[in-house]
Amino acid sequence: MKYAMLIYEPESQFNARREQPGESPFWAPWRAYHKALLEAGVYAGGSPLDRPDTTATTLRVRGGDRHVQDGPYADTKEQLGGIMLFEVASLDEALRWAAQCPAAHYGTVEVRPVADLNHIFGPEHGHGS
Amino acid sequence: MAAGPDAARRAVEHVARVSYARLISYLCARSRDLPGAEDALGDAFAAALRTWPRDGVPGKPEAWLLHAARRRLIDRARLDQTRAANTAALTQLLAEAEDLSTVRAFPDERLKLLFVCAHPAIDARVHTPLMLQVVLGLEAADIAAAFVTPASTMGQRLTRAKAKIRDAGIAFEVPSGAELAPRLFAVLEAIYAAYGFGWDDVAGADDKRRGLTEEALWLARTLVELMPEEPEALGLLALFCYCQARRSQRRRADGSYVPMSEQDSTRWDGSLLAEGDHWLREAAGHQTLGRFQLEAAVQSAHVERLRGGSVSWDEIVVLYDGLIAVAPTLGARLGKIAAVAEARGPAAAFSLLDGLPAEDVQQHQPYWAVRAHLLQALGDARASEADVALQRALDLTDDPALHAFLESRRQRRA
Repeated sequence: MKYAMLIYEPESQFNARREQPGESPFWAPWRAYHKALLEAGVYAGGSPLDRPDTTATTLRVRGGDRHVQDGPYADTKEQLGGIMLFEVASLDEALRWAAQCPAAHYGTVEVRPVADLNHIFGPEHGHGS
Repeated sequence: MAAGPDAARRAVEHVARVSYARLISYLCARSRDLPGAEDALGDAFAAALRTWPRDGVPGKPEAWLLHAARRRLIDRARLDQTRAANTAALTQLLAEAEDLSTVRAFPDERLKLLFVCAHPAIDARVHTPLMLQVVLGLEAADIAAAFVTPASTMGQRLTRAKAKIRDAGIAFEVPSGAELAPRLFAVLEAIYAAYGFGWDDVAGADDKRRGLTEEALWLARTLVELMPEEPEALGLLALFCYCQARRSQRRRADGSYVPMSEQDSTRWDGSLLAEGDHWLREAAGHQTLGRFQLEAAVQSAHVERLRGGSVSWDEIVVLYDGLIAVAPTLGARLGKIAAVAEARGPAAAFSLLDGLPAEDVQQHQPYWAVRAHLLQALGDARASEADVALQRALDLTDDPALHAFLESRRQRRA
């Protein structure tokens, strides 16, 4: 099954991601985590989000009209900071990987199964990552 | 083969009672579709009730039921395109179930199912009800009645939990390493809660709840059978044995209430007490103390003292202190206070009682009963306070036998 891990973290993390140089110790746990995911063959894509909620734009289309708003969909203290996809056998395995994510140790991560829509879009769907 | 309809129906009921948990565990450990497995097994039992009286009871009833249930599951999976991923698991199920006609036993997956029911990704309120329904096959309406919850609410919680197990892909596995201890504790807590709900129905007025102590005892036995080296599982089973041994003596023949200290200990179930001793010794052999072993040890000490053993109240206080250190429940703290009253007198006990947080005790019936008892023991100066506490204890129980017992205490003083 494929699982998405949504990473919620404090604003300071967004700043750190932009400010910390590649050789800084800030990145070491993330590099190790990424490497472990790749080596185990469970990494199925993902990306951090660039800036905190201040750059988020929310859009709804209702009755043909675009409603564009400043700000994130849900205003919370910890913000959605990134997303990762895992290809694993069960929720338990996904939670094991999630527990190793550096962000789980200072923020909160939410693990959810990804909808399997191959029967709608064909088997190539989902291989784009 | 020529079993009459009654014999066939009894055979179906027998398999349902003895093998339901193993059958449902086997099916959903492979399909991971708990609601689907329940429906399929329900259909299989219905088919058995139809065909066994006609065709005779099959040589391997469990294999027959699994075969029928598996066909149902596969038919349904073929209709349900959105769960295409399950088809592989079901194909495996098909192949394995085919073998069952030749193999004597099928794998025992009950332990996995217990761990799934008490999974941390499942709402903790539903752990115990889920176990009762999924592992024991109890009806949702009966569980709702036992837990004093509206049937619709309980039904929704159970449905949501089962859908989450399926849709979130919770693994049917026994956790290992660092994950095991907290997960096992959740399983033990859920079984403990089931026993508590049955135990609280002292009057035995409610059939559904009376059955719960038996079912919880069965779950604890199953757990020990499957994990014989887990000291806390052994402790829980020991605790249930001690409680169950004196369960029927909490009422006289006329239905009146008998506190433990006034029960006729010769009428307690000696074989259950011996069994409790046995499991507690087994647990102690592992030298890893825990909450349920301490609860069992407290029970063991009470039983031993009342049977004329050399256990002192001071020793019982020490056991309660150990229990409170790992599980500071109100029940344990009140138990300690009652023991302190015996060991050091009502004044010492009352000062402990007064230290309990007011918001915790407001609605707690046993607190007011203990409070009334201590104030009465403290003499006439506290008589009016004792009356207030006793009235509160009376207001908080709707059990007529307990009501009558508390009333008799008021009259004894008057």
